[in-house]
Amino acid sequence: MKRSWYATPYALWMLMFTVVPLLFVVYYAFTTKTGDFTTANMTKIFAYTPVLMDSLRLALYCTALCLLIGYPAAWFMASEFSTKKALTVLILLPMWMNFLLRTYAMMTLFENNGVLNSIFQALGLPKQTMIGTEGAVLVGMVYNFLPFMVLPIYTVLNKIDPRVIEAAQDLGANPMRVITRVVVPLSVPGVVSGITMVFMPAVTTFAISRLMSSGTIYLMGDMIEEYFISMNNRNVGSAMSLVMMILILISIGLLRKADPEGQGGGLW
Amino acid sequence: MRSSRLSRTVKGTYLALVLAFLYVPIVIMIALSFNSSVSRAEWTGFTLSWYEKLVHSDAIIAALEVTLEVAVVATVISTVIGTLGAIGIHAMRKGWATVLINVSYLPMTTPDIVTGVSLMLMFIFMKVPLGKGTMLMAHIAFDTPYVLFSVMPRLQQMNPNLYEAALDLGCHPVKALWKVILPEVMPGVVTGGLLAFTMSLDDFVISYFTSSTDQNLSMIVYSAARRGVEPTMYALSTLMFLAILALLLLINRRSGLESVM
Repeated sequence: MKRSWYATPYALWMLMFTVVPLLFVVYYAFTTKTGDFTTANMTKIFAYTPVLMDSLRLALYCTALCLLIGYPAAWFMASEFSTKKALTVLILLPMWMNFLLRTYAMMTLFENNGVLNSIFQALGLPKQTMIGTEGAVLVGMVYNFLPFMVLPIYTVLNKIDPRVIEAAQDLGANPMRVITRVVVPLSVPGVVSGITMVFMPAVTTFAISRLMSSGTIYLMGDMIEEYFISMNNRNVGSAMSLVMMILILISIGLLRKADPEGQGGGLW
Repeated sequence: MRSSRLSRTVKGTYLALVLAFLYVPIVIMIALSFNSSVSRAEWTGFTLSWYEKLVHSDAIIAALEVTLEVAVVATVISTVIGTLGAIGIHAMRKGWATVLINVSYLPMTTPDIVTGVSLMLMFIFMKVPLGKGTMLMAHIAFDTPYVLFSVMPRLQQMNPNLYEAALDLGCHPVKALWKVILPEVMPGVVTGGLLAFTMSLDDFVISYFTSSTDQNLSMIVYSAARRGVEPTMYALSTLMFLAILALLLLINRRSGLESVM
């Protein structure tokens, strides 16, 4: 048996449960409830442009913050610590925790009568309104998605042969040059993967925005949920989903251009 | 890179801060699960009553069963399919491999919510009742590519001559797969399996859209959130956290988590 045949079950499953369902999104986006062709669903969503802009802006902030915080963390984790194993486990562990519960945990801190305000009061500082602000939503998002940025970067950095770095040092590169000319270029696939893994859930996030903003900030994800669950209008919901999908695919395409090393269209 | 003492201190402090950011909220949540007050602002005494409530809640026990069953079955199936898929794609001609890899990116690059609604639309169109079965199919679909992409880099790093050498020495292709390729890619397989289990256990969005009769723990939490926060949910998440911790330590012991990550 040729080795390529091992991929058959995979190919079939992906076709049936990934490609086909997405075609249904397109179908529902361009039909009425009775199944006739229409473009009304698509034109209807132009009304939500401000919501889309908010979603994009917050997702960009979130991705940038995760990269800023996550890259050094991944790099330090990959360097030689005697406690390296424990550190890795600890930093990645929150990935295994339910995001709703983690968001609750964050709310506990940020609430008007929450833990942070109790601390402020104990210190004689005025009470702050944090929940319900965009900042709170952003913190909730970064908190949830940070490990997804750290993991791929760490994986790539950890694979770098230390001899490559030693060679650069032996050839006279100073620490800064080692970072910019050796470590960073070698970690690009991890960074690209990390950005993808953070930006995608961030731009379509729902629940986090609703909980951290006490329902004052509605993002695209919240709108899609409204249409599918509460309003039971799957056609407009599908049109929105389609737009989000196209948006994501465009960003992925742009990111891939930034990673010329990616083989076979892959990020790795 | 050999690092000086100062740089080690800086690195250590930085990582400690990141850890604090990630853990302080969780630690507070765990503490509050033992707080006899419903309020999150004051500590009125130690209690186990929230845990007692948890065990006596049929809805939570049922959701726990659904969550574990779906996560375990989805992980096993997606790890097998995904690993074989990676090996197959790696051995393919460039053109076909590119097509399949691009398809593999779909669930990873499709937002969870879109994956969720797309599957919901398909199941509704095909008149498949939304429950545990549909949830499982959905979980396998989004888990498998994570396995594939964890195994893929290991295959690319692997010396291709090893497999050829095994065949030249008279090894049967299936045995070569088992004895040569699999040990090489095993760290990736475990990472992939872990990721799959994580995604499955952690998933709220896709489950929410693909199941209505059976609820998993996240769906219970979401409906609880609509009624306002209950300390029972803190108790529940504490237990989940400890269970996951135990699981990870077990994996760490078996194969060294640092090497699989």
